[in-house]
Amino acid sequence: MQSRIRWSLFAAPLALVACSNTAVAPKTASAEPAEKAAPAKKADAPYASTYKAYPGSATVVRNVTIFDGEGGQIDNGTVYFKDGKVNMVGGAMTDKELPADANVIDGTGKFVTPGIIDIHSHLGDYPSPAVEAHQDGNEATSPTTPEVWAEHSVWPQDPGFSRALANGGVTSLQILPGSANLMGGRSVVLKNVYARSVQGMKFPGAPYGLKMACGENPKRVYGAKGRMPSTRMGNLAVNRQTWIKAQEYKKKRDSGKEFTRDIGMETLAGVLDGDIKIQNHCYRADEMAIVLDMAKEFGYKVSTFHHAVESYKIADLLKENGVCSAVWADWWGFKMEAYDAIPENAAILQNAGACVIIHSDDENQIQRLNQEAAKALANGRRMGFTISDGDAIRWMTYNPAKALGIDAMTGSLKPGKMADLVLWNSNPLSVYSRPEKVWVDGALLFDSSDPKRRPVSDFELGQPGEGDVK
Amino acid sequence: MKHLLFTAAALAAFSTPAFAETVAITGGKVIIGDGSAPIEGGTVVIRDGNIVAAGKDVAVPAGARTIDASGKWVTPGIFAGFSRIGLAEVDAVNGTNDKSGGDSGFSAAIDIAPAIDPFRSPIAVNRAAGVTRAVVAPEAAKSIFAGQGAIADLGVDSNPVSKAKAFQFVEFGEDGAGNSGGSRAGTHLHFRAMLREAQAHASGNDAFDDDLLKIEDARALQSVLRGETRLLVHVEGANDMLRLLELKRDYPAIKMVFVGATEGWRVADKLVSAGVPVIASALNDLPATFEMLGATQSNIGRMKDAGVKVAIGMINDRDAHQLRYTPQYAGNLVSLQKVPGATGLNWDEAFATISSVPAEIMGVGDRYGSLKAGRAGDVVIWDGDPLELYAAATTVFIDGVQQPLANRQDRLRDRYRNPVEGDLPKAYDR
Repeated sequence: MQSRIRWSLFAAPLALVACSNTAVAPKTASAEPAEKAAPAKKADAPYASTYKAYPGSATVVRNVTIFDGEGGQIDNGTVYFKDGKVNMVGGAMTDKELPADANVIDGTGKFVTPGIIDIHSHLGDYPSPAVEAHQDGNEATSPTTPEVWAEHSVWPQDPGFSRALANGGVTSLQILPGSANLMGGRSVVLKNVYARSVQGMKFPGAPYGLKMACGENPKRVYGAKGRMPSTRMGNLAVNRQTWIKAQEYKKKRDSGKEFTRDIGMETLAGVLDGDIKIQNHCYRADEMAIVLDMAKEFGYKVSTFHHAVESYKIADLLKENGVCSAVWADWWGFKMEAYDAIPENAAILQNAGACVIIHSDDENQIQRLNQEAAKALANGRRMGFTISDGDAIRWMTYNPAKALGIDAMTGSLKPGKMADLVLWNSNPLSVYSRPEKVWVDGALLFDSSDPKRRPVSDFELGQPGEGDVK
Repeated sequence: MKHLLFTAAALAAFSTPAFAETVAITGGKVIIGDGSAPIEGGTVVIRDGNIVAAGKDVAVPAGARTIDASGKWVTPGIFAGFSRIGLAEVDAVNGTNDKSGGDSGFSAAIDIAPAIDPFRSPIAVNRAAGVTRAVVAPEAAKSIFAGQGAIADLGVDSNPVSKAKAFQFVEFGEDGAGNSGGSRAGTHLHFRAMLREAQAHASGNDAFDDDLLKIEDARALQSVLRGETRLLVHVEGANDMLRLLELKRDYPAIKMVFVGATEGWRVADKLVSAGVPVIASALNDLPATFEMLGATQSNIGRMKDAGVKVAIGMINDRDAHQLRYTPQYAGNLVSLQKVPGATGLNWDEAFATISSVPAEIMGVGDRYGSLKAGRAGDVVIWDGDPLELYAAATTVFIDGVQQPLANRQDRLRDRYRNPVEGDLPKAYDR
């Protein structure tokens, strides 16, 4: 067994094989006990977030370079937050102007950014250690499983959350089901704050997403089982048939008459309502173009294409449709549909005015999204494109927040927004930069100079290394 | 490398003379690669494919082509301490993936050299990123012994192998257990039994049977037993390393190198006293398996401080495509110096972990990995600090031959710089 298998990229991990050997008929939602219920249009009612911000002190960081997350940069700036919210962001502040209640940090030579947001993570549903018993990200027993919710697989003790915080400055992240299925299930957006339950990590008020997948993975997983889909045309056919059922379900639900609840159809109807965002794993440009037409056929919108290594070929089309591309800086060649990946993907999209997001899909690179953005930026500048440092910061702050539907609450340093921010010890677009402090909702949850302000999950307590704090 | 069998296309790709020439690179910030401090305004002279001199007061030979590197950095090419470059074009496309001996029935005898394809696009892409030489290892298939790896160059010519049969690769720990019946006890027994068989074969003992080894496998292991071929051992956990050091006492001639060594810091003193060098993953800081519970980014820094000879490798980490991450990884170790409680490397040490140190660990430090006189002319000129994310290789020499840096990723970039089609389909745009 090779050490690191990227479950969302390569289908049929051991755990999946084990599942398929049981030859149990796929458990569809319609096999669930029928329940008569009133329409549950707002799908986020059950399993509600119990996240509560931890206490923090009113804080001013001054003499600091600020990237506001929306593309702006303030040199020698000041950021002031209190009661968990950003209060003021601006230029230099004199000693007299300092709020009396604030803890003042001198940020000379340092940088502040909004908390980093990873729109594509499997922390918790493919946690460390990556043992078979933990492989909870792909319900690979049916090509469409909109009825599963990623949050019901998330192990809140995954050590990966702590590394993403301490090394990556990640304060919010979307946990997605894997890509074995065409419709993999609901995603969940988390605050990167350890809790005893996943509900304690759920980002309050964040919309749900539906993970969909194009291309190689679904057709390989089900083709290998002698089932549909085994081709890309099969992928589309199964999707379209399922959307037709979803439209019928929505019609029934909206008719006001009694109907039988189906939790998979609830999710799909939520997409058609515009409440649940489509997060679509899709590598190839031609397949993205087909998905955009499928979305038009059934009246929904794609929020973001993930792993979109060929987005650069259709940057104009993506801009026109208002769809984001969540990309790596330079991953390529690990599978056929990643063969035409180029390191200038993000830059060509940015230059064409399309939405760029840097994502990880990886428990290691989530610790270095700032470095991935920096590489993508450098590759763009080498082409002669004008891209600012602030633009590159936006790729991992405001843009993912917008694509997740949480931009009114976080993703940039605007007064009234959550005080999710990172103090970096130098420019975060340098390889030599690391987070010095990370605040989530104004609470100091990582401080590089205070070992007590560094989380250690239950799994690592008492282990050698103890969460990399020894 | 010296056999220059260029294709017409490769020749056409050169904008500068293709053959080993006398070159003087002047005015740059010169990194020797041996851990010494940078030399501002240094000169590097290459002649007949080799480094003649590098330093502050180096004379430019008459007739040399001079390259002005003012404002730039001049370093030895990156020496990738562990990789599978050239063994796969697309990992998940079986026909292009030659990483393991698969169902061949052979183990230690596998010689990866003929499978290294210099025309694969990852060679060109990583060459353009300043990687000039690499350790190329086979993947284990049905046995703990994966076979014999090579030192390869990333040059454009048709002969990629610098040194074939440069080492034997063996799996211990969890991966080794998986290749020897499911337990570490089985791994140790397999290891001992296979070496016994190899010895039996060497002594012409009739007791040799082919239950464990074919004759070719036995011959390959005899070279390991004599200490002529290094034994690279993939091992991650502290206990597995300790038990291997004990095992090593029974085979005093074997030259072991540990690969991976995520928990190396926990046994660093033992590694030093046993004289076992390490090619480590740079940034593994997660307990990905139970043999990596002690994972920390400080691993390399702590081992180095303890006196272990340690280099960076890409162990099962995008090993056929992304050797260009190597400088970034080294840069991250430098960044740790500013993190309270962490142990990193200073810049000069960090660069040595991706140049001279891996070459020395592989026994080829007298030929590769630094800009000292007599080494191969593997030289890279960078437009900035090579460990930084914005830096790019602008000129690459391998064996004194200036290399083309174009690759198919550039062609796609140029075709889609403006993604909108013009008067003809994109397929005509080239």
